[in-house]
Amino acid sequence: MPETDKQPKRNLSPLSAPADQAIDHVHPHSLPPSIKPKSEPKSINAPDTNMQTMKKYTRHQGQNIILKNVHDKKLKGTLKKSEKKTHDAAYKAAQAELLLPTEVGYLEADDMERTWKFTQSQIKDNVDMSTSNKMFELKLDDFGPYTVDYTRNGRNIIMGGRKGHVATFDWRNSKLGCELQLRETVRDVKWLHNHTMFAVAQKKYTYIYDNTGMELHCLRHHIDVNRMEFLPYHFLLATVGNSGWLKYQDTSTGQLVAELRTKLGPCKAMTQNNYNAVLHLGHSNGTVTLWSPTIEEASTYMATAGLDGQLKVWDIRTYKPLEQYFTPTPASNVSISQMGLLAVSYGPRVQIWKDAFKTKQKEPYMSHLQPSTQIESLAFCPFEDVLCVGHTNGISSLAVPGAGEPNFDTLEANPYQTSKQRKETEVHSLLEKIQPEMIALNPNFVGTVDRATQEVIAEEQRLEWEANHPTEKFVPKQRARGKSSSQRRYLRKQGNVIDAKRNEVIQKLAKEKQERAEKRKREQSGEEEALKSRAALDRFNVGKRQRV
Amino acid sequence: MKIKTISRGEDFARERSGDIFKVQRNLDPTLHPFERAREYTRALNATKLERLFAKPFVGALSGHIDGVYCMSKHPTNLSTVLSGSADGEVRIWSLTSEETVWSARAHKGFVRGICSVPFSNRFFTVGEDKTVKMWDRESTDPLNTFVSNASFSGIDHHRNQNIFATSSHQIDMWDHSRAEPTQSFQWGAETITSVKFNQTETNILASCGTDRTIILYDIRTGTPISKTIMALRTNAIAWNPMEAFNFTTASEDHNCYTFDMRKMDQAMNVHKDHVSAVLDIDYSPSGEEFATGSYDRTIRIFKTREGHSREVYHTKRMQRIFCIKFSMDAKFVLSGSDDGNIRLWKANASEKLGITTNRERAAKNYSQSVKERYKHLPEIRRIDKQRKTPKAIKQAGQTKRTMLESINRKRDNERKHSKPGSVPYEAERKKHILATEK
Repeated sequence: MPETDKQPKRNLSPLSAPADQAIDHVHPHSLPPSIKPKSEPKSINAPDTNMQTMKKYTRHQGQNIILKNVHDKKLKGTLKKSEKKTHDAAYKAAQAELLLPTEVGYLEADDMERTWKFTQSQIKDNVDMSTSNKMFELKLDDFGPYTVDYTRNGRNIIMGGRKGHVATFDWRNSKLGCELQLRETVRDVKWLHNHTMFAVAQKKYTYIYDNTGMELHCLRHHIDVNRMEFLPYHFLLATVGNSGWLKYQDTSTGQLVAELRTKLGPCKAMTQNNYNAVLHLGHSNGTVTLWSPTIEEASTYMATAGLDGQLKVWDIRTYKPLEQYFTPTPASNVSISQMGLLAVSYGPRVQIWKDAFKTKQKEPYMSHLQPSTQIESLAFCPFEDVLCVGHTNGISSLAVPGAGEPNFDTLEANPYQTSKQRKETEVHSLLEKIQPEMIALNPNFVGTVDRATQEVIAEEQRLEWEANHPTEKFVPKQRARGKSSSQRRYLRKQGNVIDAKRNEVIQKLAKEKQERAEKRKREQSGEEEALKSRAALDRFNVGKRQRV
Repeated sequence: MKIKTISRGEDFARERSGDIFKVQRNLDPTLHPFERAREYTRALNATKLERLFAKPFVGALSGHIDGVYCMSKHPTNLSTVLSGSADGEVRIWSLTSEETVWSARAHKGFVRGICSVPFSNRFFTVGEDKTVKMWDRESTDPLNTFVSNASFSGIDHHRNQNIFATSSHQIDMWDHSRAEPTQSFQWGAETITSVKFNQTETNILASCGTDRTIILYDIRTGTPISKTIMALRTNAIAWNPMEAFNFTTASEDHNCYTFDMRKMDQAMNVHKDHVSAVLDIDYSPSGEEFATGSYDRTIRIFKTREGHSREVYHTKRMQRIFCIKFSMDAKFVLSGSDDGNIRLWKANASEKLGITTNRERAAKNYSQSVKERYKHLPEIRRIDKQRKTPKAIKQAGQTKRTMLESINRKRDNERKHSKPGSVPYEAERKKHILATEK
């Protein structure tokens, strides 16, 4: 493809783009200098765009410490130093974006065309060789419908046919890993931390196999499982099934970490929040519940599809729906890609929506029909513009430009991993395994001071308690304030000894009492009156004014 | 139709098998979830590993027949150390081979002090036999002997002149080429136990005596500068090599006191943790840390700005520690004890000895900085603080705490039942200083 074609239209005015480009971003920095818009006045724009990208990398947003109020000199110095460090880190990270080698994909239509009308065969004609090789279809009519899952680096794929056919393969080199005929129902398949192990939810129990297809474990606690999720940083396999129990199994130690009863009947929809490892369960009564094993901005959005034919997009921070879309028949699957594309399937059709979390979209970005099938599962391939669709007749891999994160991080999830690197990563990730107790809505709570007010904390406690004890009523612990204040406790302990401190405390308590009484009186009579009663010259009477 | 998809070419794989694998970074926080939790786990692991690998004892230099009472570092050679023992023997040790390379019967009775002459192979010893001897490694006979009428207790050499100071019932300044002392100082002390030259402000001299005094002298004017009387006796003094005005004293009351010589009416810091008299002290060349040896058979390493020790070393066989030295590369601590052994310890208990690769060093720095970041969290603090000490020392510490608490309680009660202001609160940093004179 010629170089000029790489430059999409919207790049011409990078500054007009909104600030929150975290999801959909093409960085003007990443373009080679030859195709950078020349009219861009550099002196003004360069630092400004850097400020915008810096926002993405700034660690503690809105928590700026006001150093003016810090009196301790040593502390002030330490704070200043650490503030500067975080700022420098963000600045340098923003600058380093320039070095990212790959750009995000896109699909754009000319005047009379619509992007959602392009078929996969049309797309195949227009893309390069390597992408067209990624678009394939496996015709497997006998054992469908198929569920699919990618490894974290997007290198390997596993597919599980409902009638017992399980196969893994390196999909880019079309190299088969293993193939199993289990001869019983397979409801879900999931890769564990890397491609050496996977879990299969079978007719009764859940099993773990290795990459040669050998059975490693039979998880007898996980019965009748419909959906599985694997939390890679915690090494937890979470399952939920017809009994409505959510179970967490630690795959590194083999312990059953938690068994939680949803009390909402069979569950067939589950997903994890990549940001905080909280599990979202969708239930038949139309609710979505959030779970962590200890009970209690990346993925700030959630998409749900219900039998009422509604596809809803939620903001998880506020627990409120942002947009609602209509699906002609109830949707069977939803999936969100790394760059924020939303795929939804109903019947034989897959629709892909772009920017669905930002504004209400009028038309889908792309659409695909898999004729005479029912779609069973959708999986976006990490770090690739590929969507894998599992259906009754096998699986098909579709090209979806702009779906995957173009620049991977070798130290996190590396699609080009060698076996030595995999082994090393495995050891490191096991060493850095996060304990299940640390799963919380805010994953950054470690090492931070809870600065919320007492009321907010009390309200949170109430909500948590009520969620965990639905039949009981929350009774807050009554603390008789004033009865046991430190001053009164001091007086009680001192007994008969009369000393200066005791007199001081007695006087202080009396003063406080008087103030309270005055305050009550003021509140009763209304503040306006209190203001009115002040004479014009009272403004010079500083002492009095403070008391009022 | 305009279309572009992610299509990575062969540039992500290496070309030849000899090439290194390419590492591509993307610092986008969305690709690195659970940053805090993972960092915390790393900090916790680093803390645990540090405790796991804490094996501070490197080796023992045995050979002295009686207790080792004084040591000196070689001025230019890292692996050489000089020691003197209670039977009058002086030895020079090679730390790399852990062997004696030179020895001589230097004095009758105790060798009380030993000091090297800067930038040379010569050294001086003083003994209870009222002689100062100058030695060279070439022969086992002294080059020169200086005779006095008092038995000596300590010696130190000037940084850049051919002058040394000895302590006995007074402080004498000697010249290498003269048989008699050139100068003598005395300010009411019975016996001076230790004398130390400031190595930065080279003409300042600090001494401590049995009458609980710390006296500072200036040899240019030939007069004492100030005298400070402490509550209990001071056993040893060490000047901070980086902060010229500051020095730390090892006291009989189990504490160490850091002083600013310009402001002697209060200590800059009180370092507590020993449960018996502190007998010797030496600064690390960085001035950030110092090591102390105590009568309670333990060595402790303190940070200069912190009140409690960061490390405690002990072994089953080690007896009362009479002398301690920090090595000039700040990596080792040497202790000489009553059992006649000199023990070599690592200054950082879990540090790996030998050559480290760049990767190792980077990993170490990283784990240190995450540890620093999360050090206040309870789990990490608990593991980091944990030290196993002998039962006797632990018990002595508990007893001491109980005693101090009861003293404080008594004082509080007195205060409560007295006229307000008649029993004032006393600052810990001033409490142990009884008087200062100029």
